[in-house]
Amino acid sequence: MENRKGKAEAFADPMVSYESAKLGIWVFLMTEVLLFGGLFMTYTVFRIKYPELFHQDHLKLNRTFGMVNTLVLITSSLSVAVGIAGIRRGRQALLKVCLVVTMLLGATFLTIKYFEWSDDFARGLYPRTDVFFSLYFVMVGLHGIHVFAGICVMAVMLVMAQRGAFNKAYSTPVEITGVYWHFVDLVWIYLFPMFYLIG
Amino acid sequence: MLADAAAVTPAYKGYLEKKGFWSWALTLDHKRIGVMYLLTTLLFFLVGGLFGLLIRLELLKPVAWVFSPQTYNELFTIHGTVLIFLFIIPAIPSGLGNFFIPILIGARDVAFPRLNIMSYWIFVFGILVILGSLAHPMDTGWTFYTPYSARTDAAVTMLSLGVFMVGMSSILTGLNFIVTVHKLRAPGMGWYRMPLFIWALYATSIIQVVATPVIGMTFLLLAAERVLGIGFFDPAKGGDPILFQHFFWFYSHPVVYVMILPAMGIITEIIPTFSKKPIFGYKAIAYSSLALAFAGFLVWGHHMFTAGMSVVADILFSVLTFSVAIPTGVKVFNWIATLYKGSISLDSPMIYALTFIFLFVIGGLTGMFLGSLATDVEVHNTYFLVAHFHYTMMGGTVMGFFAGLHYWFPKMTGRMLDERLAKVAWAIILVGFNITFFTMFIAGYRGMPRRFAEYLPMYQPENVVSSIGAVILTAGIAVMFYNFVRSLFKGDPAPANPWGGRTLEWQVASPPPEHNFDTIPTITEWPYGYGKRAGGDGKP
Amino acid sequence: MNNAFNMTGAASQTAGQIDNVFIFILSIGIFFFLVTQGALIYFVIRYKKRKGDPDRETPYITESRTLERIWIIVPSILVLAIFYYGYVVFMKVKTPIQGASEVNVVASQWLWKFRYPDGRVVVNELRVPLGKPVQLTMTSTDVIHSFYVPDYRVNQDILPGRYTYLWFTPDKTGEFVVFCNQYCGVGHSEMLAKIIVMPQADYDRWLTGAPAAGGAPLAGRGEQLVKNSGCLACHSTDGTLKVGPTLKGLYGSSVALADGSAVLADDNYMKESLYEPGAKVVKGFPNVMPTFKGVLTDDDVTAVIAYIKTLGPAGHMEPDEKAETNAGTHR
Repeated sequence: MENRKGKAEAFADPMVSYESAKLGIWVFLMTEVLLFGGLFMTYTVFRIKYPELFHQDHLKLNRTFGMVNTLVLITSSLSVAVGIAGIRRGRQALLKVCLVVTMLLGATFLTIKYFEWSDDFARGLYPRTDVFFSLYFVMVGLHGIHVFAGICVMAVMLVMAQRGAFNKAYSTPVEITGVYWHFVDLVWIYLFPMFYLIG
Repeated sequence: MLADAAAVTPAYKGYLEKKGFWSWALTLDHKRIGVMYLLTTLLFFLVGGLFGLLIRLELLKPVAWVFSPQTYNELFTIHGTVLIFLFIIPAIPSGLGNFFIPILIGARDVAFPRLNIMSYWIFVFGILVILGSLAHPMDTGWTFYTPYSARTDAAVTMLSLGVFMVGMSSILTGLNFIVTVHKLRAPGMGWYRMPLFIWALYATSIIQVVATPVIGMTFLLLAAERVLGIGFFDPAKGGDPILFQHFFWFYSHPVVYVMILPAMGIITEIIPTFSKKPIFGYKAIAYSSLALAFAGFLVWGHHMFTAGMSVVADILFSVLTFSVAIPTGVKVFNWIATLYKGSISLDSPMIYALTFIFLFVIGGLTGMFLGSLATDVEVHNTYFLVAHFHYTMMGGTVMGFFAGLHYWFPKMTGRMLDERLAKVAWAIILVGFNITFFTMFIAGYRGMPRRFAEYLPMYQPENVVSSIGAVILTAGIAVMFYNFVRSLFKGDPAPANPWGGRTLEWQVASPPPEHNFDTIPTITEWPYGYGKRAGGDGKP
Repeated sequence: MNNAFNMTGAASQTAGQIDNVFIFILSIGIFFFLVTQGALIYFVIRYKKRKGDPDRETPYITESRTLERIWIIVPSILVLAIFYYGYVVFMKVKTPIQGASEVNVVASQWLWKFRYPDGRVVVNELRVPLGKPVQLTMTSTDVIHSFYVPDYRVNQDILPGRYTYLWFTPDKTGEFVVFCNQYCGVGHSEMLAKIIVMPQADYDRWLTGAPAAGGAPLAGRGEQLVKNSGCLACHSTDGTLKVGPTLKGLYGSSVALADGSAVLADDNYMKESLYEPGAKVVKGFPNVMPTFKGVLTDDDVTAVIAYIKTLGPAGHMEPDEKAETNAGTHR
């Protein structure tokens, strides 16, 4: 679901507007923590119940793809951070380049995921195969949906940047998009070891 | 500065001035959004209530006589699902909350007006998806326990997605309110000068943003079980049906505090206004709202004492459950203490508010039988439970909602309600409600289980009496709605401050102008400074 | 069925104790109700503003720390007492009773199967001797059900894939109703059983007694079996459509199956439907019938078929020209 925070006519003071947006995105991220939290709880419950299954199955995942994807996503967090640091110093061109780079890296993540999952399906590994793979596909899938949503939001940011909406004094929408993107990256940093690495 | 109680001509329309479909559909005005939520939720109140009437019709006889058992099972599922997700959760927060939060804190709008209108349309879209699922009506009960809900033919997947969207709307509204309360209060309005209705909605919003994502995820997983064949909740696939119950109740218990806290907030505004006395124990009431929100997250297992949890879990949840009684009690005692030596006017808002206290205390006290392990095994899932939650949700939240509607009708519409009609409606509702639901305590105690399309003939007397009560209750509600509709067109013009209240909404015209305030006020005192002041320093 | 649901009808050793907890909580509840509502009504009457009077000046009372402490501490103590008493009695209900005789309970949509210690299986009827502790070891074959005996004041969910337990010691003879107390589908309210508590001597006699009265006519015995085996929860004998097809006129008719073929409803079809209900599912009906293998003996099945014959066109079979012959489908 989109997470655009609209600029409110209610604000006379731009500082209040900025602080509200910041508070808003953090509250939203807390809801995301709880959304994923239930799934993390499910993972924990079933991991304790079926340790052998988790051990066997995690070896079947493609670690190379997972590792590459991790690097891709971490780099994309770097690129969006550079872009935001740039626009805070008024560098509009840098922002636009960084937004494009981040979107491309996000798309790369999803593309690699596409190939990885095609390979999994070809080997007969589906969500319904067993509890481990149910968790894997559901959690990584939900994460993927969030990556996709983030890319869409960044596309909108790019359009706004193209129209000159952002400058040294005002870059709130980009900043909160950046916070969201870092969160999405962080979730992956939990998912990767949970599924690919721990035996 | 209190406004004059001068009448305004009916020609003055305030925020209602602009006409046209798009001026409503794409409005950014929190007041219009609040009105749209109110109308939508009131519609589903009537729809869900109608299903309740059909249930009571069927239960006149012990055997299936009007509806088949399959249809009956669909009726009670729709009754619960519609009333919970489409009425009782959004009505006060998204309806009255949207309208009044900015005005009560001296702001022009909520923090994110565009998010606000988007939330409304997400809500509507979710409703449409839920209605779409009626093509294959749900027959699981509103609790959707697995494995039955994962296997039944009904359109559970579609309903899950609809409820997910309605939940999304709830989360975004809560988020909006939290930021609004933190950031948009008028100069001088510290936390302890806020009206207590704001404290209540703030606590509610925290619950909404923390709990709702969990039910969202639960419904997503239920849909995934049906569509992808995963088996977290299916023992045949290595899953656990009790896990579903834990997830479901982790949201659904806190959500009852989403239902009751706003209603309690309304009562906390009405009692001082109509007693012309400061609210007794401002901080106690403020903190008890937060305490209820917090404690509400610790007790979900009390819905599962017989589910097969370990005895340790049972014990923990039982003792924690009793902890919610304390902040609730604090509020009740403080309201009553406010009445002491007041100058009490029994206008319709006050009558509904006092009725709330009466009925909610009954509902709350009967919760003790359900929280105590020994008696819960006796009455769990019987009509005793059904009576308990109708006393708290209808005798509590709905009465509080009605009280708020009567209190703020003049402000929102610029017209006064007919007091006589309001009191007649109230009397019929009170009688009908108690006849309908008190008899259920008896039926349940005698052993009648809930969700039974057919029952043993020995329970027929209570059921017949209850059904008669339902007809009376419906009549009372009909009179009340008639009053609302008639007064919209024929009510006396409302002054800015018909009740002599001291919160900010009474300082603007009825109805308020679109921009709420000509100038944002500077706040110098709390809003409960009624009566003789000893020091007059405005501190609570 | 004995009406033992009156308020004093507690019929097991722990039921009376649960009633005592109930009365304890009720007393405290009534006390608080009277105090709060009494004060409310009194204050409203005493301090009501008379119409036409000017607003009386009210005292500026905003709080009292002492009162807050009192009405936090006193209720806390009372609710802790309620919790504790409830917990103590609950433990009595939940503690396994040593030496209890174990009965296995299998709940399915929509009947109960009780397997006794001697191995026999009875549907919807549990007989126990007076005064002897019983342990129910319960599981479900499909969805969540719940075993609820109002007279014993106990209630326990039954889960698929797991066992849950209930212990009780009956201390009154009579018949006591068992409800399913966790919504389980269309037959939820039909899913009744009964516990029959007998004096020890009668129970022993029943345990060793011959199953059926020798001289009873076959169809009469079949009718009893149909009534007692839970068939009527899903099948009618008068043509009404329920979860399953009606038994009226069934015998000798041509039955349209879900796979498009048709079959003659003869003795073999009847027996197969009872032992392997999923083998030939009737068109338009769900495949939810449980098996009666191990519940009905071959003799029982014969009696049931004899009864069903009396519900339909009398006597002979009319093979339908369009129907498949049963030659190829017999076992």
